[in-house]
Amino acid sequence: MLLVLEQCLNGLQFGLLLFLLAAGLTLVFGIMDLVNLAHGSLYMVGAYFAATFTAWTGSFIVGALLALGATLIVGMAVEVIAMRRLYGRDHLDHVLGTFGLILFFNELVRIIWGPAGMSLQLPGWLNAWIEILPDLEYPTYRIAIIVTALVVALFLYLMVMRTRLGMLIRAGASNREMTGALGININLLYTIVFGLGAALAALAGLMQAPIQTVQIGMGENILILAFVVIIIGGIGSIRGAFIAAILVGLIDTLGRAFLPDLMRLFMSSRGASQVAPALSSMLIYLLMAIVLVVRPAGLFPVSNK
Amino acid sequence: MKKVVIGAAALVTLAAGPAFAQQSVKIGFVSTFSGPTAVIGNDMRNSFELALDHLGRKMGGLPVEVIYEDDQQKPEVGVQKSQKLVESDKVNFVVGYIWSNVLLASLKPVIDSQTFLISANAGPHQIAGSQCSPFFFSTSWQNDQTPQAMGHYMNQKNVRTLYLLGPNYAAGKDMLGGVTSTYKGTVVGEDLTKWPDQLDFSAELSKVRRARPQAVFVFYPGAAGVQFLTQYAQSGLKGQIPLYTAFTVDAITLPLQKELALGVPGAQQWVNDLPNDANKKFVGDFRAKHKTYPSFYGAQSYDAANLVNSAVVAVKGDLSKKDAMRAEMRKANYASVRGPYKYGNNHFPIQNFYLQDVVKDADGNLTLKTVATIVENNQDRFSRECPMNW
Repeated sequence: MLLVLEQCLNGLQFGLLLFLLAAGLTLVFGIMDLVNLAHGSLYMVGAYFAATFTAWTGSFIVGALLALGATLIVGMAVEVIAMRRLYGRDHLDHVLGTFGLILFFNELVRIIWGPAGMSLQLPGWLNAWIEILPDLEYPTYRIAIIVTALVVALFLYLMVMRTRLGMLIRAGASNREMTGALGININLLYTIVFGLGAALAALAGLMQAPIQTVQIGMGENILILAFVVIIIGGIGSIRGAFIAAILVGLIDTLGRAFLPDLMRLFMSSRGASQVAPALSSMLIYLLMAIVLVVRPAGLFPVSNK
Repeated sequence: MKKVVIGAAALVTLAAGPAFAQQSVKIGFVSTFSGPTAVIGNDMRNSFELALDHLGRKMGGLPVEVIYEDDQQKPEVGVQKSQKLVESDKVNFVVGYIWSNVLLASLKPVIDSQTFLISANAGPHQIAGSQCSPFFFSTSWQNDQTPQAMGHYMNQKNVRTLYLLGPNYAAGKDMLGGVTSTYKGTVVGEDLTKWPDQLDFSAELSKVRRARPQAVFVFYPGAAGVQFLTQYAQSGLKGQIPLYTAFTVDAITLPLQKELALGVPGAQQWVNDLPNDANKKFVGDFRAKHKTYPSFYGAQSYDAANLVNSAVVAVKGDLSKKDAMRAEMRKANYASVRGPYKYGNNHFPIQNFYLQDVVKDADGNLTLKTVATIVENNQDRFSRECPMNW
């Protein structure tokens, strides 16, 4: 029972991390109608910035905050320099353009930081584990990820639903031309949204960095999952991204954890341990397929398009 | 006019056929040069280039030409690149291959064209056993051998219950199979993780914690080894359950693993401090040139260059004499950086495996050190299934 609880925590943590990445993606996709494959590059850039700034300042927190700011600026610069050329074109051009950006960022990172990758050391107080229940120890850092992501989710909700900027974002999402006609600077709004998405991606990247290594191409695999999340959740919907990310995180983790034991009930141990990983990695795509059949616009479709 | 002359020269070359003397030794080198594991490919290339420098960039009097190809760690790309090397570049040797799944996919086109393939790392059991080939040689090991040595070591350390973790691909399955073939205690759990894109091991580590084994054995090559050690420490398992490894801590991952790798034993057929002259020259010159320690991947690539050289020298540069080259390579008649070894009937080395540990060198850098010899003159367990005899 404790194992199930622990695995649920693992799944929740993974899901919330996916949410941070997917939130930016779904904002950009939903509001700006832009397919941004380079979102994973911003995740990578955030992690590299965090590793560098942490090494300079000696503090993980300060390094992380600086990295968020720096990636926000990089994101805005990318929007002004590259993305603006892509608005109004079809999705194939977006895919080609942003795929080019992936190659560009990978090569840029190789030139600046070298091919070997970096490691980001956690401060001692985070690099420990706490007993949340009797006989259930859990890494402090993973709890910190859960808490941070929940706070960010709440902040996003309040920002989108309760502030003027959020109102503009929602207005931009439902009717771009009308919003522009009312005298709102749509260009500026897009730059802000893209920068915000970049900062969210950076937050995901820098929080993942101490668990994994900081390396070139680190955002590419996880980006596929982020796309799965926004498709399940409904493109443009932050709430959908939140629910879908947690679903995907839980299904992926619980599948990995318990499928091998389940398979062992009716096949050999060695066979089960080989088949189960393959099967468990299909589960989330199965979920996506089912959602696409039952609700083609996702679980929480944005109604206005 | 110039074109005509070249054209005429080409015609003469064609007409002269195999009797015409070879202009150069062409070697195709397939490894991973992009993506997260490109550092391994770079280390192999650096070591291979160093070996060529040591040979004066000539073999048997012929200049050496190397074509490096990036397999992107993908079997389907590896097989394309290998085909291109033998079919359009018409190389004399294909060397390299980090990943067992890439090698398994690439083997057939190379040996079908009767080109020698020298694996400088991957050693899947299929090629050691039923699929062994007169055109295949290994300068590394058969996958099972290193974890088998670790199994022996864990028996010595009286480990009675063990949990196994590794990636779900050809080599991962070999490694876990190898360790269970020599380990005498009870395996209480085993997980194969998605490869190469699963980098978060939280679910598996939770299971390890619940299973309460006396020790954990892992195989996570390249960057995955860094991630695994980091997460093992964060989960609080380090210090509670000792870790035993194969190909998880090496000269490439150590600068990232840092103190986390201290006290984590591994097995290897080569360590940078092995006291033979060839090795001292290799490690010394490598460190002078690249400011880092070479890895075992590099050592095996360095050996591969010298094995190829021994064959070319034996036929005095007449690369059409394939039988004579094979006969020479079977002798392993060159100064290997691991010390002398012999080839088994399946062209895999019969060699020692050492216990290695992480220490600090004189400058305070972490490096690997030979602690003891675990097994001597070890031959892989699949050689009996190989029909080749000589």
